[in-house]
Amino acid sequence: MARMACTFHSVDNFGDKMKPQLLTLLALIFMSLVACSNTSNDSLYRQLGGQVKVEQVVDNFIREIEFDVAIFAYFKDSDVERFHEKLVEHLCQLTGGPCEYSGDTMEQVHGGMNISEADFNRGVDLFINAMTKADIPHPQQNKVLAILAKTRKDILYL
Amino acid sequence: MPNLRWFYYWLVLTLLSSAPLTFAQDGKLIGTAGLVQLEGSGGGGLVPWATLSGYDSRDQMSVSAVVTNVDVDDYRLNVLGISASFYDRLELSVAQQRFDLKDAGVSIKQNIYGAKYRLYGDVVYSHWPQISFGLQHKQLTDQAIASAVGAVKTASGTDFYLAATKVHLGAVGGYNALWNVTARATKANEMGLLGYGGLENNSYQVMLEVSAGILLSRYVAIGIEYRQKPDNLGLGEDDWRDIFVSYMPNKAFSVTLAWANLGKIAGADGQDGLYLSLSGQLW
Repeated sequence: MARMACTFHSVDNFGDKMKPQLLTLLALIFMSLVACSNTSNDSLYRQLGGQVKVEQVVDNFIREIEFDVAIFAYFKDSDVERFHEKLVEHLCQLTGGPCEYSGDTMEQVHGGMNISEADFNRGVDLFINAMTKADIPHPQQNKVLAILAKTRKDILYL
Repeated sequence: MPNLRWFYYWLVLTLLSSAPLTFAQDGKLIGTAGLVQLEGSGGGGLVPWATLSGYDSRDQMSVSAVVTNVDVDDYRLNVLGISASFYDRLELSVAQQRFDLKDAGVSIKQNIYGAKYRLYGDVVYSHWPQISFGLQHKQLTDQAIASAVGAVKTASGTDFYLAATKVHLGAVGGYNALWNVTARATKANEMGLLGYGGLENNSYQVMLEVSAGILLSRYVAIGIEYRQKPDNLGLGEDDWRDIFVSYMPNKAFSVTLAWANLGKIAGADGQDGLYLSLSGQLW
């Protein structure tokens, strides 16, 4: 029920004209959205397939990076095992899983790297490849991207 | 205004030659660069969007080309266009439209010089929609028909528009959703092909144009568009609408097929037909 309401709500993001007589309906939808936000993150972690899938995505992502000259340059001095561990934790936490991210803030991690918008977006492409190779379905991929997109401002041009 | 045209070409060439050699393929998520619309600006099909025409990011530039054909009952429209986008900030475009009146065996040519400036945001990543301001300067090469139907001005006209576009990641059942709203100030009759202004109205009016779509995968988008139009000539000029499907196998190429409902054009009712557009990013 909650998920149905979530889906329904998103339709109004998509519309661009709102009729006044729909206001009551929209208010109801909005209330269901508030209910959704408590449950949807938890279910996203589970929808993805839990810890096994999250680790698989991170494994794939590291492989994608290793084969990409432009992006690998940012990682050449990184501790791969630590990166793996912290990214798994972070993804688990961000998708509502039972983990607590213990790494540095995104600003600390990316500070001094001066990551360009183009390289950031290339990184996103690699991350999408990593999810695709882990057989994450398209809608779940987008939900992960929607969450990760919020960290962008703490990564670019620092 | 030939001087303006040469200034325009000079501006494009200058910008192209002064740009650093970082040409874009990676700058945006696939499918979020949008397409190129009927008048050569980055957009959907009928409507100019806030998006610029290529995959360039703020450190890059891109050049795209488009060819579009719309074939309705009594008319056929061909569009050839090229556009350059600089640093995901400024887009300059040139397009030529050829509008064939099938029965009469006559055609009307119009050249359109477009500029669009991104004022705010990123269509995917900013909280608020991406906002751009644009203009389309149109020069009618064949003015006889515009003059015959009673257009006040037949040589040229300029449209101005403000557009807001947003992609919501995973918004509709996990699928990415896109919407666009454009307000256009215009005096153009049938996009300018029948001149500018008429007996019914000869001043700028603001028209509303909207698009909405869903990305079914990284490569396929479907959607609808609506473009309000003025009826300056009193010929019952109709609003336009379409329903489209776009396929973007990679960032260099896209093909869009649409069913366009263009209503009454120059007195001929019920102009429906296929819209086919191919666009490619050259670099």
